Amino acid sequence: MAQITLPASKTATGASLDWKKWIGVTPFFLFAILFLILPSLRLFIGSFTDNEGRFTIANVLQLFEQRSILDAYWLSIRISAVTAIAGGIFGFLLAYAVTIGGLPRPLRTTLITFSGVASNFAGVPLAFAFVATLGRTGIVTAILRDVFHVNIYQAGFNLYSFLGLSLTYMYFQFPLMVLIMAPALDGLKREWREAAENLGASSLQYWTRIALPVLLPSILGAMILLFGNAFGAYATAYALTGGAMPIVTIQIGAQIRGDVLHNPGLGYAMAMGMVFIMAISLAGYSWLQRISERWLR
Amino acid sequence: MAATYLGKVAAMITRLRRIPFWSWFWFLLGTLYFILPLYATLEFSLEMERDRISLLAYERAFADPEFIETFVYSNLLAIATIIISIILIVPTAYWIRLRVPEARRIVEFITLLPFVIPAIILVFGLIRIYSSPVQVPLTDITLLQPLTNFNLGTNILIVAGYMVLAMPYMYRSVDTGMRTVDVRTLTEAAQSLGASWLTIIARVILPNIRAALLSGALLTFAIVVGEVTLASFLGVPAFGPYLFLLGQHRAYEPAALSFTSFLLTWLAMGIIQLVTGGQGQAAGAH
Repeated sequence: MAQITLPASKTATGASLDWKKWIGVTPFFLFAILFLILPSLRLFIGSFTDNEGRFTIANVLQLFEQRSILDAYWLSIRISAVTAIAGGIFGFLLAYAVTIGGLPRPLRTTLITFSGVASNFAGVPLAFAFVATLGRTGIVTAILRDVFHVNIYQAGFNLYSFLGLSLTYMYFQFPLMVLIMAPALDGLKREWREAAENLGASSLQYWTRIALPVLLPSILGAMILLFGNAFGAYATAYALTGGAMPIVTIQIGAQIRGDVLHNPGLGYAMAMGMVFIMAISLAGYSWLQRISERWLR
Repeated sequence: MAATYLGKVAAMITRLRRIPFWSWFWFLLGTLYFILPLYATLEFSLEMERDRISLLAYERAFADPEFIETFVYSNLLAIATIIISIILIVPTAYWIRLRVPEARRIVEFITLLPFVIPAIILVFGLIRIYSSPVQVPLTDITLLQPLTNFNLGTNILIVAGYMVLAMPYMYRSVDTGMRTVDVRTLTEAAQSLGASWLTIIARVILPNIRAALLSGALLTFAIVVGEVTLASFLGVPAFGPYLFLLGQHRAYEPAALSFTSFLLTWLAMGIIQLVTGGQGQAAGAH
């Protein structure tokens, strides 16, 4: 497929060489087509096909009409945005603390290692860990009740709710922010700060006029990545709430198990809507990353 | 009198200011967030016997034959995924570096696609494609039964799915590894000594990027061993779905296994930190 795009070579031998050198990457393309492109394409085509196999855009339009689908998207977007912003701010502050915040060097290595672990610790074990922490009989619940006399469950808290799921997602969200922001904060040049101070700028002025504007694209980019990270999550939410929180991934899971929407095409369209949002967030991330590379590194 | 007092206070404030209060504050808060759920899981897992701390939950959990079966099976899946990924990706990255640099952009684009297509969407597509027989295009001639209908077929599907999930990390590890060694010079040296392509890749390139391979492999391991989404929808007897079901009707054993799987993730990431010199990476099977 790709060799067609190559410029025609001057000689016949050159042409055959050009063609042959693509053989080395053929297995990779074959694999990608079979197990990544074809399955995605099947869902894409399916979302524009009605039950009789004809082309239609009704499925896509119906995404915006059916209440339960809109609610699922909205819930997923809210939960992803909240954990991306909160996890982003918290992760940034942590990354700041261990890079230029004046903490001893060994703490940095510890935090980065822990972040690597925590950002990979998800799914069923994470859900169980949070049940043991913030569930009805969880340790933190008990400490708050016995030591601080605050019964969070009587106060309306529930682990199997928006707040509970968000707190659980935070466990892999802010470590990811630490991993992305630590190198970016390292990229801030000491000379900028010295130059600002020589010109009489205060610490606040340095941060608002120099450091934050330089860091802003990578902060925003990282938060967008966090958004996508939460948006695509399935196992953690399913293990924690067992389907009680109808986010998009859970709804798609139900659709795969047994056509709950009573319209296969609508299910495909729902999946494609998700891919669309993920694609936009990844594009936004890589765009902001390119901007930030102008200054950092 | 008042002046010396003020002076002392001022001196104390300067000393306090040298201690980065807010840095410590955020660091301790972060540490608490990391530690508390793990501590809670650990404590809970040790409380199976009344009024006594014991490892009973661990003993029970590890003794369950179904645990052993699913855990071994998931580890086999991880090993298969790692080996086939290396066989697929190392020659591709090598060939791109040496012969077809113009393929770099498209290959990198493809390796990033799994970030756009979450596991739940991937398994949706895989099931829809491979639950019908494989036919010669435009005819009714059947080449292959539906892959989801027999064991080997399902195993092929799930390993392929895991290879897709691990592809961004594996490709980036391998590519970074090759950037640090001079692939071209190594190849020319090996060729001038009469080595074949296979020998070059297996005996020259692979040993030179072993740190990168190890880090890619361990990340893949961390993704695959506890994975739930692909495993449960393809209906394979893997560790992730087993742990999920165990959590439905048991309390202490799942906590014990959760803590164990955290230790495994920690071990894998710790080794990665060691071999890559602190360049942390994040994967995601959330």
